[in-house]
Amino acid sequence: MPTDTLQSSDSATTANGAHDAPTLKGSEIFVRALEEEGVDRVFGHPGGAVIKIYDAMERIQPSYDHVLVRHEQGGTHAAEGYAKATGRVGTVLVTSGPGATNTVTGIADAYLDSVPIVVFTGQVPTHLIGNDSFQETDTTGVTRSITKHNFLVRDVNELASTVRQAYHIARTGRPGPVVVDIPKDVQMSEAPFLYPEEPDLDGYSVPGAAAPSQVDRAAQMIEEAEKPLLYSGGGTINADAPEALTRLARKANIPVTTTLHGLGAFPETDDLALGWLGMHGFYHTNMAVQNADLIIACGARFDDRVTGDVEAWAPNAEIIHIDIDPSCISKNVYADCALIGDAQEVLQQLLPKVEPKDTTDWLTQIDEWREECPPYEYEASENDDIAPESVVEQLYEKTQGDAVMVTDVGQHQMWVCQYYKFGQTRSHISSGGLGTMGFGLPAAMGAAFGMREGRDLDVVCVSGDGGFVMNAQELSVAARHGLPLKIAVLNNNYLGMVRQWQSLFHEERFSHTDLRPTNPDFVKLAEAHHCVGLRATSPDEVGDVIDQAWTVDDRPVLMEFQVPKEEMVFPMVPAGAASDDMLTEMFNKEKMAEK
Amino acid sequence: MSDEAPLTRQQIRRKRKFGEPILPEEEDEAEQEHRHIIAVELENTIGALNRVTNLFSARGFNLESVAVGETEEPSVARLTLVTVGNDRIVAQITRQLDNLVNTYDVTDLTDAEHVERELCLLKVQYTSETRPEILDIKDIFRGRVVNVTPETMVLEVTGPNKKINAFVGMMEEHGIEEVARSGQVAMHRALEYEAPNPLASADAESTTNGSASDE
Repeated sequence: MPTDTLQSSDSATTANGAHDAPTLKGSEIFVRALEEEGVDRVFGHPGGAVIKIYDAMERIQPSYDHVLVRHEQGGTHAAEGYAKATGRVGTVLVTSGPGATNTVTGIADAYLDSVPIVVFTGQVPTHLIGNDSFQETDTTGVTRSITKHNFLVRDVNELASTVRQAYHIARTGRPGPVVVDIPKDVQMSEAPFLYPEEPDLDGYSVPGAAAPSQVDRAAQMIEEAEKPLLYSGGGTINADAPEALTRLARKANIPVTTTLHGLGAFPETDDLALGWLGMHGFYHTNMAVQNADLIIACGARFDDRVTGDVEAWAPNAEIIHIDIDPSCISKNVYADCALIGDAQEVLQQLLPKVEPKDTTDWLTQIDEWREECPPYEYEASENDDIAPESVVEQLYEKTQGDAVMVTDVGQHQMWVCQYYKFGQTRSHISSGGLGTMGFGLPAAMGAAFGMREGRDLDVVCVSGDGGFVMNAQELSVAARHGLPLKIAVLNNNYLGMVRQWQSLFHEERFSHTDLRPTNPDFVKLAEAHHCVGLRATSPDEVGDVIDQAWTVDDRPVLMEFQVPKEEMVFPMVPAGAASDDMLTEMFNKEKMAEK
Repeated sequence: MSDEAPLTRQQIRRKRKFGEPILPEEEDEAEQEHRHIIAVELENTIGALNRVTNLFSARGFNLESVAVGETEEPSVARLTLVTVGNDRIVAQITRQLDNLVNTYDVTDLTDAEHVERELCLLKVQYTSETRPEILDIKDIFRGRVVNVTPETMVLEVTGPNKKINAFVGMMEEHGIEEVARSGQVAMHRALEYEAPNPLASADAESTTNGSASDE
């Protein structure tokens, strides 16, 4: 067993430092190890299998703060929001059984969106494992396929080194969630505490720079291309590479489109910015993809919401793929040139080899598409309804891009991506891969905590009425800590995105998407959780409500905007269709006219 | 880019999808499905093994056989797996395996010079009439009788996958009661071997020939 080798190397190190290494209980080792790791905040919920750890926390009073969430799912999303806003690893601590299973959705979300979080779960004592004991689940078994890695700590002597490894794995390479399951008897046994400086991980390596031959090849391909396009994803932000990306784009005059998670990596007010692409991307952006002769993907994974029909995607383009995860190369779309490495390093390798080039014809062509179906345009409401897009626009007016925008999942999420002009990195937090309703509020809460450790930006949460109630209980936590969250609920009393699909593809059979008449009174819901509640029911109230919300700075404000249920997100590439096969607002009007 | 530029793989995929004719020179070998034999060195724990097999079900990869056991280093296990897929899928499999934190080494042995073996135990019915023929076949396949009762015997045969298939096929008509197969194990041949003297060279030759004729 490898544990033998681990132990022998451990005892070799303790031989030197044995005098200094204090003997502590597992629970104390855990609390101290997090301190050593530089954790500044833990999102958690106590229970029987972690009560020893909570007790140790109370006794030791570590340097980090603990946030008592009201549901473990909220805890994992809060850790994600914190991680995405700060670039640090989020930490979660929950009990065994239901505590652990409640984190599963958040872990799966972090896995698909490459968010670095470490989830510590209590476990029943080792001698009871497998006996169907009270609050026992096979946590490592349950989370195996949704974690980057997971551990069951069977020996208190391995606890500190496992914590060290867990943070290292979560943070490095392609980031992701790591679960550490700690049985109660391990928390109660004693061992010398020594936090290793380096993680002991033989089978784990992280790519740095790309192969020089591939870099030369990529530079050559860029030089030869007439219609190049940069397609940038969340990896660019994870690698802190937005500046290098911007330099490359400007040096070679290559237009840039960003994925949902890539928003903010390239200033959208730039002439080369095309906005986002894919299912609800702009017309001109998807047309640019379909007509490009070279696509340079940077930290993006060719998700089906981006490509639609993958075989019909970018039919004329050669593909250069920059990614730190080798398994992303040629997974969905063939890469003609693979640059495996850290996006920041690879872009720095590439920059000096790329010559300035003239792409005027190509940019003119894209401008023509832009005029054909202009972005940022929507139907002004004919009656006295609030256009949901206008709420996003006014939020932009208010913040001027100096805010962290956190969204839930659904139509409002798409409108934020389309109408908010992201100007800085780590300013957009959303659930992309898993599409987790209920993500928004707790993630915004986590981001707001993250703002206390550095950047001082407003945190705005945009949510729908359906998703908001899925984790509404976390309002109490945000209020408890006086977080000045600005929460905008676009309330159409429907599960809007499903309703849109039912309108377009299921002959308007609105099967179980109507939330009336018992949708909550959102103002009262906010007030019941010690937050401020505001409501706008007509367009002229929107600005006032937003202004009023920004005057509150000691607690969360929930703004309810009542919007019409008929409003749809356009343009739209139907699932599985080719990217140039788009439904636009015009299409919808024609369809309505037929009726 | 000029019109004469060769089609990208993405373009070939598109042509195939829309049923457009594909010129022979455009045919992409990478799209053909092949059987691959992959050796994985990993941490010798149940958790690590579980993670490898889980990967195949979670990502929908095909898994024909898997064999696992300890290596010369007790903390390291070696797993040999057989899968079928085109180059893109197999590259995915090896990269995903490589990504696992507790795998140390992943090698696709398919295109390298390698030996592969599988062990098969087969329980077959016999009568005094069929007994000589069964034993004859067993000899042809260089098998052994490892257990015998008045009505059945257990035979042991070792060899590459195809040989085992052939052996099981030959036994079918006699009434197979049970088959247990170990799954393939494989390793590189020692290609770098340089003979220190003619005698050793002859030995090495005969060993190679021996294993080759087995296949």
